[in-house]
Amino acid sequence: MKYITAYTLWLVVFFVIPLIIILSFSFLEKTPYGGVNFSFSLEGYKSLLTIGYLRILWRTVWISIISTFITIIFALPTAYYIAKSKFKNFLLLLVVIPFWTNSLIRIYAWIFVLGNNGIINQFLKLIGLVDSHIQFLYNPWAVILVIVYTYLPYAIIPLYAAIERLDNSIFEAALDLGCSKRKAFFKVLIPNIKAGLVASIIFVLIPAMGSYAIPDLVGGVNSKMIGNEIARQLTTAKNWPAASAISSILTLITLLGVIIFVKSSKKEVLN
Amino acid sequence: MNPGKFSRLITFLILIFFYIPIFVVIMFSFNASKSPVWVGFSFMWYKELFTSSYTIWKAFLNSIIVAISASFVATVLGTLGAIGLYWGKFKGKDYIWIISYLPLIIPDIIIGVSLLIFFVFIKMKLSLLTIFIAHVTFSLPYALMIVFSRLQDFEYSIIEAAYDLGATEEIALFKVIVPISFPGILAAFFMSLTLSIDDFVITFFVAGPGSTTLPLKIYSMIRFGISPTINAISTLMLVGTIVMSIFMRKYLRYIF
Repeated sequence: MKYITAYTLWLVVFFVIPLIIILSFSFLEKTPYGGVNFSFSLEGYKSLLTIGYLRILWRTVWISIISTFITIIFALPTAYYIAKSKFKNFLLLLVVIPFWTNSLIRIYAWIFVLGNNGIINQFLKLIGLVDSHIQFLYNPWAVILVIVYTYLPYAIIPLYAAIERLDNSIFEAALDLGCSKRKAFFKVLIPNIKAGLVASIIFVLIPAMGSYAIPDLVGGVNSKMIGNEIARQLTTAKNWPAASAISSILTLITLLGVIIFVKSSKKEVLN
Repeated sequence: MNPGKFSRLITFLILIFFYIPIFVVIMFSFNASKSPVWVGFSFMWYKELFTSSYTIWKAFLNSIIVAISASFVATVLGTLGAIGLYWGKFKGKDYIWIISYLPLIIPDIIIGVSLLIFFVFIKMKLSLLTIFIAHVTFSLPYALMIVFSRLQDFEYSIIEAAYDLGATEEIALFKVIVPISFPGILAAFFMSLTLSIDDFVITFFVAGPGSTTLPLKIYSMIRFGISPTINAISTLMLVGTIVMSIFMRKYLRYIF
């Protein structure tokens, strides 16, 4: 027991208590220069019930879901190929290197390639195809592209681990019994790697929901996400109750999502 | 079932997708021009980085100070926590797992915002110290889980055997538990180091004036637009990443 005391205490003071504080602040009155008055108010939540906010919330949800979907679609065959490859250690290393690469560098790489002054635009200008530039970035699709790029390794690694653990003979049995390869993929592989699949989806969907740097750097005014709005409320608008309210809602959505998702996938495995 | 042509093609395309932007960034760090049109090979941006970029190196030093101190504390507390969780018999282990998993699930921005509001609330000045506290906080659960999964690879009976042979608790701890979990402890330290050096979002909220870390510095440079100096830093960081990836490879299974 005594060994775990410091660990537990640290997380309670610097993780649990701050979460309780923002949850409480979301129900308090704001003061003009940041901070709160200790009297109950629902203004923090009421200020979120505007068209602008609902639009940002909706955009955050659809950008995150589309990014996760694209990521998983590409991660599955890649993880499968790597797990069955003769060169799996080398291929895995090639996936792990971008996984450990600083996320800002990965965002910068796309700005460098697709930005208004990036190499593609410079090339197009050089050969005289465009006068100034084509704006590839600063829209929701650029945000999706960079989210997929950033989180693909996070999805491939747990899927790889799940596929690698599988006994190859279950596929042989399925194929011997006359199952087509495609059918074996959906009826044998997918149900057997459910835990890895759930982990992959969570590893992509949740950071995508909480994106800040990606929409900030490659998104435009029409692609701001919840994370950018939290930062704006906290810094420029100095509205702490509103920032706390959005944060509490985002926390609640992700927690509920994870609980429902993990529970429903467990049930299906048992059935 | 052997993978078909389809999955081979996808894997090939994904690897190209991963490496083309990185490769382009590296290539243009050696370009003899400020604009991203290739004119010739040059080390000029590295020269500039090493001779006249004081603020970048100051930020790098801050990152190193925070990373080493926060990783050390996180590894010690995480290791003790894992041993306590594995060894001890007490009620409420479920709650410890819950507060360990929550920081991994909750988006980084929430951890950053809640810590910022917490620090301002208790009137603590934002500095390298607040960044250190934040980094220990988000590294702790990883450290605990990595060491715990290493401990799980061993039979609990080796501890009982040590006791049966007359070991005291200290001897069992330092002569049995710590040596067998050492690869896990090392992996926990390097994992924390990487998380710390890498972190942008949480640091962004809890950093004060004068406590800029390398990712914060890179972020403010990116906001000014593309520049070959960023390409040069990126290239150096990528070299560090590749070395670390090769080194960390055998420990990765403690994480997933």
